[in-house]
Amino acid sequence: MKIGVLGIQGDIQEHLAVIKKLGHEAVWIRDSDALKTVEALIMPGGESTTMTKLLKRFAIWEPLRERINSGMPVFATCAGMILLSKGIENYPAQDTLGVLDVTIERNGYGRQVDSFEADLYVSYFGDVPFRAVFIRAPKIATTGKEVEVMACFGGTPVLVRERNIMAASFHPELTDDVRLQRYFMDMVGNSVENAIPRM
Amino acid sequence: MKAITGMTIKREVLNMEVKGTWTVKKGFAEMFKNGVIMDVTNPEQARIAQEAGAVAVMALERVPADIRKEGGVARMAKIGLIKEIMESVSIPVMAKARIGHIAEAKILEAIGVDFIDESEVLTPADDRYHIDKRLFTVPFVCGARNLGEAVRRISEGAAMIRTKGEAGTGNIIEAVKHMRTVNEEVRKVQMMNDAELVHYGKEIGATVEILSQVRELGRLPVVNFAAGGVATPADAALMMLLGCDGVFVGSGIFKSKDPAKMAKAIVEAVLYYNDPHRLAEISEDVGDAMEGLEIGKLEVRMEERGW
Repeated sequence: MKIGVLGIQGDIQEHLAVIKKLGHEAVWIRDSDALKTVEALIMPGGESTTMTKLLKRFAIWEPLRERINSGMPVFATCAGMILLSKGIENYPAQDTLGVLDVTIERNGYGRQVDSFEADLYVSYFGDVPFRAVFIRAPKIATTGKEVEVMACFGGTPVLVRERNIMAASFHPELTDDVRLQRYFMDMVGNSVENAIPRM
Repeated sequence: MKAITGMTIKREVLNMEVKGTWTVKKGFAEMFKNGVIMDVTNPEQARIAQEAGAVAVMALERVPADIRKEGGVARMAKIGLIKEIMESVSIPVMAKARIGHIAEAKILEAIGVDFIDESEVLTPADDRYHIDKRLFTVPFVCGARNLGEAVRRISEGAAMIRTKGEAGTGNIIEAVKHMRTVNEEVRKVQMMNDAELVHYGKEIGATVEILSQVRELGRLPVVNFAAGGVATPADAALMMLLGCDGVFVGSGIFKSKDPAKMAKAIVEAVLYYNDPHRLAEISEDVGDAMEGLEIGKLEVRMEERGW
């Protein structure tokens, strides 16, 4: 499969490396033409304000929203999840794509001195914990009815799925555990049956 | 700790969070990649930087060009100023501590600064020792001119490296020299067997453990940014072409004629560093860059500070 990584800013190379490790073709997406060529997309961590501004300046914002709305599978980590969300509670002026029915509290777990790692239990992975790295992480404040919560930390959802979209507050690309990315690739493989365009 | 029985309790224990780990520090630096970090001296500049698309700001009292001009001892910025800047933007805020000044670093950590630059731009506080950065929760970035210096800083706990360049000059040659030197030395290391690696480590003052990681990865094991002399979008693109993970811009933004435009253009140049046509568009209409200085005529060489 041909999987893109939204390559505007952030830890793009880490995501590209995991895609290759799992045996797929990895594409660095810097413009809307490249976006048309991939079957699925990973949105990396980084600075959400930077990504938002550049996506708009270079006219990738709307094409991205359209492709996600028409069913392209997306896996977003950290800043990526902020971009997908319905809104940011503590920075309401920052625009979002509004394709994932969650609201976010930016840096909801604190500044860098409060960044942490912890073990999570992901619903599909049984009793083998998943080491999750939270870096100035966005906190999910509210989740819509259609949103499936796949993992929680301290009672708060940190990994969610809605239709063709999966999103995490943390960074699976910073550890060697590739179960989440593998799960996403399976989701992409099945997406022909599962993708429900929302019109 | 109480005896652990049953799955529920075990899960609670496993759910415990650990802060300030190497993964958390090094991982945070990864998030700056392909981005620009800008020096700012007040909240208004911080907002301009954020608006332009900076991934972080460096809070300081004077940009390097002014430190160079005014002379005197350059210290950590006033706490009130750093706090004001932290409150004015949502992006991460970095601040500089003097080389070896453990107390300045502790203070910066206490107010919740996101990253500390143990920086040669400030006047060093210790003529032999750098800060033991492993003892901190907050991550550190340090300057390096070559592989030995970079590895020494990583051994001390730096989670990010940058070229030293020659700050406040608007002259890119030193940053280029430092990046080229690290690249050459990394390639040399890649050809070495174990015995040669030990000997080389001894020569350049670098621990074998980290040199082995360099040999395996073909690069530094932490994020490596350009810094010191970046004044134009083309300078930023040049450093990315040489393999930097991102760019610090010190005096280059707010000593230029139109800081907002220059800031925006440098951010864009880091994204499209490999696309000359886009770079041409980006470079058009940025206004005058900061005034530049010749390295040979400098009274103070900041890059020579650090050991």
